[in-house]
Amino acid sequence: MTVAAKTIFDDVELLKKELVRCMKCGNCMSVCPIYSVEKKESSVARGKIALGEAVLSDDIKIDDETLVKLIFNCLVCKSCMLACPSGVRFDRIILGLRAAIAKKKGIHFIKKALFGLLKKPELFDKGMKAFAAMQGLFLSPEEQGKRAPRGFLKGVSPRFDEKFIIPELTKESFRDRVKEKEEVPQAQAKALFFTGCSVNYLYPEVGDDLIYVLKRNKVSVVTPKKQNCCGMPVMVHGDIETARELAQKNLEVFEKTGADYIITVCGSCGSALKHEYPIILEGTDYEEKAKKWVERVHDISTFLLKVIRFESPKGNLNLKVTYHDSCHLKKSMKVFNEPRQILKTIPGLTLIDMKKPDACCGSGGSFHLTHADTALKIVKSKTEDIKGTEAEIVCTGCPACMMELFEGIKRFGGNCNVTHTVSLLAESYRSEQKS
Amino acid sequence: MIDSAFIERCKSIFGAENVLTDKAELIAYSYDATPGIPREIPGVVVFPENTKQIQELIFLARQTKTPIYPRGAGTCLSGGPVPLSKGVVVSFQKMNKIIEIDPDNLTATVQPGVVVADLNAAVSKYGLLYPPDPGSMATSTIGGNVAENAGGLRGLKYGVTKHYIMGMEVVMPTGEIFRFGGKCVKNVTAYDFTHLFVGSEGTLGIITEIICKLIPAPKYRKSMLAIFDKLEDAGKTVTDIVRAHVIPATLEIMDKVTIQTVENFAKVGLPTQAEALLLIEVDGMGKDSVEWEAEKCVEIIKQNNGKYKIAETDAERDSLWAARRAALPALAQVKPATILEDATVPRTKLVDMLVAVQNISKKYGLMIGTFGHAGDGNLHPTLLIDPMNKEEMEKVHKAVDEIFEVALSLGGTLSGEHGIGVAKLKYLKNEIGRSGIETMRRIKQSLDPDNILNPGKLVPMED
Ligand SMILES: Cc1cc2nc3c(=O)[nH]c(=O)nc-3n(C[C@H](O)[C@H](O)[C@H](O)COP(=O)(O)OP(=O)(O)OC[C@H]3O[C@@H](n4cnc5c(N)ncnc54)[C@H](O)[C@@H]3O)c2cc1C
Ligand code: SF4
Ligand code: SF4
Repeated sequence: MTVAAKTIFDDVELLKKELVRCMKCGNCMSVCPIYSVEKKESSVARGKIALGEAVLSDDIKIDDETLVKLIFNCLVCKSCMLACPSGVRFDRIILGLRAAIAKKKGIHFIKKALFGLLKKPELFDKGMKAFAAMQGLFLSPEEQGKRAPRGFLKGVSPRFDEKFIIPELTKESFRDRVKEKEEVPQAQAKALFFTGCSVNYLYPEVGDDLIYVLKRNKVSVVTPKKQNCCGMPVMVHGDIETARELAQKNLEVFEKTGADYIITVCGSCGSALKHEYPIILEGTDYEEKAKKWVERVHDISTFLLKVIRFESPKGNLNLKVTYHDSCHLKKSMKVFNEPRQILKTIPGLTLIDMKKPDACCGSGGSFHLTHADTALKIVKSKTEDIKGTEAEIVCTGCPACMMELFEGIKRFGGNCNVTHTVSLLAESYRSEQKS
Repeated sequence: MIDSAFIERCKSIFGAENVLTDKAELIAYSYDATPGIPREIPGVVVFPENTKQIQELIFLARQTKTPIYPRGAGTCLSGGPVPLSKGVVVSFQKMNKIIEIDPDNLTATVQPGVVVADLNAAVSKYGLLYPPDPGSMATSTIGGNVAENAGGLRGLKYGVTKHYIMGMEVVMPTGEIFRFGGKCVKNVTAYDFTHLFVGSEGTLGIITEIICKLIPAPKYRKSMLAIFDKLEDAGKTVTDIVRAHVIPATLEIMDKVTIQTVENFAKVGLPTQAEALLLIEVDGMGKDSVEWEAEKCVEIIKQNNGKYKIAETDAERDSLWAARRAALPALAQVKPATILEDATVPRTKLVDMLVAVQNISKKYGLMIGTFGHAGDGNLHPTLLIDPMNKEEMEKVHKAVDEIFEVALSLGGTLSGEHGIGVAKLKYLKNEIGRSGIETMRRIKQSLDPDNILNPGKLVPMED
């Protein structure tokens, strides 16, 4: 690749400028999902920032065993950034620190340190491939998409007990089976569907619904088969090089399609494309390419309401629904009104607000496996808030949250179904055709 | 001092899961919200869940002469919970139960780790209110508020923490468990210990239970924003309102630098040419009296050449408050860091203080935005700084010295609400004199003969 990049991910010294903005006011404590469970300073942004400062002032080594664990004890949910009066860019700080650890000790070291937290780490690699395939966890682009059976999972993390459920992996990935080009006559726009790994391997029906909804709104869709993982999962584990590689490959694929817009159905993918690419590619030949897309990457809800003429659905859905704000969708992409507006256009549907709809569900990529005890407590309180609404369906804008909520509800009770916003919209369109 | 035997004892008292010993964990207990103060990484952090455990810790600490640093949420702005040696940090984050809400006696009994906002959420179900509302109320603890005698936006009308504490349980530095006060509205038995322990900054005893006084939550309120071309007019409005016997719940001021910065940052529609802005909120149980108070305020604003906006709906109220809420965030954006002071003067000296701060700002070429609780004379001159710039930091220290000097010369005080801690220790004698220092030492020595509780804070033990 073309180097010259001098970003916060390459040079800890650049971290200093970000760290110094933190005035240690503690506001982040009131919103951090991990802090609310653990009550330790090191759980929250402020404590991790203090650790960063200690690293820079040589008070502690960056490969200190506990420090590494603490730096990885974060969901990167960005809730703290919303509560921060000082505009601390904590996402950069935490990913910068992780990248520094990776640089010093190698990705393998992180893998060991993290998965040392698991009960049977030796099984992890094999068993996790299933999971990893969709989370892009530590996998190079070449390894992406290779899948392994699930039998290995049991006993690896406290999470993989008899109650653990993940969606079956699709036999054929979404992108393998779907038509690469769906043209509509007199199209309003031409959109590229960035599927993300979860739709590709676990929730293909969300992908079908998205394409259906776009076509219904007279938008031509291209779903490039060659698109890759967005890179976020490797990036949060400090593997900035692989993230860059994935970003560059994706940008090349995007370029060739001639699409006007990129549509996402996952908060993390969307924020990677929109916010992280220009940052990680700073100083490379790809920086300009990344910037070109910034204003043209949209979550499906924003795209429908703000970019094109939206056709209101007419099919009746007699349902009580509550909406969960995915962290990256709300806190990074700043999308929270539009999904609710869309739900309100569906005839018959009643939208009930839960307590703290934007409290994190605790998924956080591999966090819910490596830090299962904390994650379970977080999703438990989320599940209780959902139960409190007596809704029949909880919907959200991110497949990772869907998986976590589904599992949480099965584990802690309630009979609420979990779905994606776009699937409810598609369902309403479809039922108007039936009637 | 702390060795492996000490840590083993801690584990047997608190349980291993409630003891932190790894260096990386300990580093995260070496600060509070105060910039640029001396600090040390503690030797161990413990999380008590009951009073008995704290008593045992005190015995252990006395035997081994180990300093104890109580800690609530660590939002202190004077260095209160920050260790100055490798002692024990006692975090109250897991001792956070609301023990009882008694709506008939209008009291709440709580453990010290309860977050102020959580207490208010709980009592609001009964239509009640715990009035002290520091800006940090979403995170700071009742224990920390009591130990610092925290104030807040409602101070002018409702008073501060000390007006809402009716009794406590305290573990003394010698190990006795001492309860005083209670639910009685009147109680003159013994010394007034409440007022000794409120504001004691963790130096006289460890507070383990608190009985708080509640009031019925006001039903009506009216907010307005007033804008002035002259600082003097704003100052006179503040005193005229009080002279007219209207006591607003909130009477906040923002100076020109703050107004401009807020407008730049949040675009809430403030006139950037204005010299000062007041945010006023009157509240009460009767609609008519609240209306009357609001009209009176408007009259006074007009007399003093102010322009005003009055909120008719909750949404409008929110937009008026947005400016005040944006004050600190906006100032914090300008430079890498801020120093937030809280020198306080009598209400009638407000304008003199504001002008003095502006002069100090010019003299040292530093940007200082001042906002704060005008009704209380409690200002927050906020110095915008770059801690990596040594030269600038020297000027900053001089400027801070001068701010305190002026405040005292105007009959004011070093701290209206943030406490002395370590940050203002060196100025203490200037306000309370030799005899004051001696008195403080005697109190400290008689209650804490081994000097194990938060040593080095609030009470200067050496000259
Ligand atoms: C953004 C921001 C806004 C603020 N706004 C205000 C404001 O409007 N008004 C105001 O008054 N202050 C304000 N403060 C300062 C601070 O929040 C208060 O001083 C608060 O009372 C500290 O509470 P804490 O729980 O964080 O205590 P800590 O900071 O942890 O501790 C404060 C002191 O209390 C002692 N202590 C804590 N618990 C106990 C206990 N159980 N027994 C004995 N001693 C104990 C500690 O040793 C320490 O000396 C603000 C701070 C910030 C960062
Ligand atoms: S809210 Fe922001 S400034 Fe305050 S402690 Fe957290 S990260 Fe630091
Ligand atoms: S990103 Fe989320 S989990 Fe991490 S410190 Fe911030 S609020 Fe806590």
